Amino acid sequence: MYKKYPKPVECKSQSGIEIIIIKEFCKGCGICVEFCPKNVLALGSDFKVNVANIDACNGDKLCELRCPDYAIFIKKQKKSKES
Amino acid sequence: MNQEILDRLRMDDRFPHILCPGCGIGSAMNAMIRAIAESGLTNDDICIISGIGCSSRVPGYIDADTFHTLHGRAIPSATGVKLAHPDKEMIIIAGDGDLLAIGGNHFIHAARRNLDMTVILINNHNYGMTGGQYSPTTPQGKRAKTAPYGCVERAFDACEMGIGSGAVFVARSTTYHTPHLKGLIKQAMKKNGFALVEVISQCPTLYGRLNRMGDAVKMLEYFKENSITVSQVKEPKDAEGKIVIGVLHDIEAPEYYESYRKVCEHAQRR
Amino acid sequence: MSIQLLSGNEACALGALKAGVRFFAGYPITPSTEIAEMMSEELPKLGGIFIQMEDEIASICAMVGASAAGMKAMTATSGPGFSLMQEGIGYAIMTEVPCVIVNVQRGGPATGLPTKVAQADVMAARWGTHGDHPIVALAPWSVMESFTLTVKAIEISERLRLPVLILSDEIIGHMREVVSIPESVAIHERKKPTKSKDEYLHYHDETNFDAPFAHFGEGFRIHISGLTHRQDGFPTNDPKVIKWKMDRLRNKTDLNRDWLHFDEHLDLDAETVIVSYGSSARAALEAKNEFEKNGSKKIGFLRLITLWPFHYMKVAELLQNTKRVVVVEMNQGQMTREIARAVRRDVQVIDVNRYDGELITPAEVLEKL
Repeated sequence: MYKKYPKPVECKSQSGIEIIIIKEFCKGCGICVEFCPKNVLALGSDFKVNVANIDACNGDKLCELRCPDYAIFIKKQKKSKES
Repeated sequence: MNQEILDRLRMDDRFPHILCPGCGIGSAMNAMIRAIAESGLTNDDICIISGIGCSSRVPGYIDADTFHTLHGRAIPSATGVKLAHPDKEMIIIAGDGDLLAIGGNHFIHAARRNLDMTVILINNHNYGMTGGQYSPTTPQGKRAKTAPYGCVERAFDACEMGIGSGAVFVARSTTYHTPHLKGLIKQAMKKNGFALVEVISQCPTLYGRLNRMGDAVKMLEYFKENSITVSQVKEPKDAEGKIVIGVLHDIEAPEYYESYRKVCEHAQRR
Repeated sequence: MSIQLLSGNEACALGALKAGVRFFAGYPITPSTEIAEMMSEELPKLGGIFIQMEDEIASICAMVGASAAGMKAMTATSGPGFSLMQEGIGYAIMTEVPCVIVNVQRGGPATGLPTKVAQADVMAARWGTHGDHPIVALAPWSVMESFTLTVKAIEISERLRLPVLILSDEIIGHMREVVSIPESVAIHERKKPTKSKDEYLHYHDETNFDAPFAHFGEGFRIHISGLTHRQDGFPTNDPKVIKWKMDRLRNKTDLNRDWLHFDEHLDLDAETVIVSYGSSARAALEAKNEFEKNGSKKIGFLRLITLWPFHYMKVAELLQNTKRVVVVEMNQGQMTREIARAVRRDVQVIDVNRYDGELITPAEVLEKL
């Protein structure tokens, strides 16, 4: 009943980490940007979170946990045997 | 996408939610939902109860039995629900005004009674919903809409109040230390009795602006710079002007419903 | 049937227990504390919950929480506590949570006369809580009726999903009478929703009567809020939806006036009719009997049992042949206004009021006949 939410913007790093952003939920507070230890994120011209440096992301999910609005999620690909 | 978390929310037309950009309540809610998920509780094992205020809108966003009660009355209302469903986990979301001013009497008695419930106090040091008036936790001298010359009154220490009233688990964290906060909420929910978790939270729109504390990011930096853990406090003066985070109190005491059930068994035997 | 010597308060508690009340939250206050005391003794034996809260506000909130979670719940208080409970009563009305609040009235206002009788909370019962709202209030005049009306109040509150007030008073609460208590009474079972969680609407549009509804703890994940809300319980600012909710609330009593109306009447074709309720009605009836002893002229007698909702049409019909109405009550004329509004303009309406803490005497009524 409650399952509809906007289509997110997705961005994948070489090491398989995916950053998923629901632009409609982001209010541009900048918390994720400021406290990301690897400076992966930045506020864009749309005053919302954007991925600035995807490959620096270590997947620590601090942005996801601190976000007050459920606007950003991190998905880590399961380390498949070959890679 | 973290489906596990989004499935616990009432999405549809409710998001983005009502809280101001950079409000700490959203981060506290985020930590709470993850604490519930990681405790292995489904949304049918819990009931989330709130009073009135910014933080009181949190239950409306969570796909569970939710109870938006009167200002200050979340705890007594939760008492009724808990006694009717002792198997369910009661989680109360309250603001500093809601819990400690109008709800203060219920807070200290519920702690004394020690009925199993988890109270998450989101303390942003003012009444946000009504526009930034000072509350029982506004530090002396700080400004608010009703304290234009600085707050005259001394503030409560909610954790000390909880300990003094008999709560069996009392802990504090901040919206900066969200992973730490999530862990404390998990501990509090596991505790069998009255558990309090105080979350020092930023209100950039009102309290932050009236006291020139900058935006949400600046306020979180302040929490980061001024927090010390319980173990770091060797003597009382270490804690002066600091936010002491961690588990402040963790004791055992008879839980109310269990004691009441023994009374029932005794009454039925006679 | 078991013959017992009971007080009104005890009969009220017994009625609640027989009708299935298994949750009582209260706070000590003269003259209603005996209800709480009896509940504290009986509920544990029945596996029910008795809890003494820290104040009357906590009491009504706990009661509403337990009822929203599926238990038949009750509280009892007196004037000062009744004033404290008003916001909670409004909350139970808005959220449509069944519950019964017993107000054993005493002298007021303020601390007033804790051990003395009065009936001066009648208007507080109607308009104590803020905002437009329906309310049901029943007034017992005997120990037996303290039993039967409590059973009735629970049935009404359950069927209408609305708080129901019992307006007892210190005399009724504390006097003892021999009563025959039935072994059991019909217990109203709340209807369970038939729809699934996703289709279920907590304030659906089915009849406002005996409708199924869900509780906390049943997996329906309901949202209960004191904010004016839509059918699914979530807050709304849409004027149309607000009007829908406000009309839904008023219809609980507006559409059920006949079903909710209870009274007792004798010789209403007489020129003069006494109107009274609660313990005052005992003195009024005595005065009628006294008056009729020395003469053939009859005196009418109308005892209101349902005070709210006041059934103006019914009262107008009952009093259509009267020229003079004598309203007997222990306050400064709170019910007189309603009676005056119901009868024809040319009918003389006379007050027999007493508000000094003493019970009205038949002699005082006799003077005005």
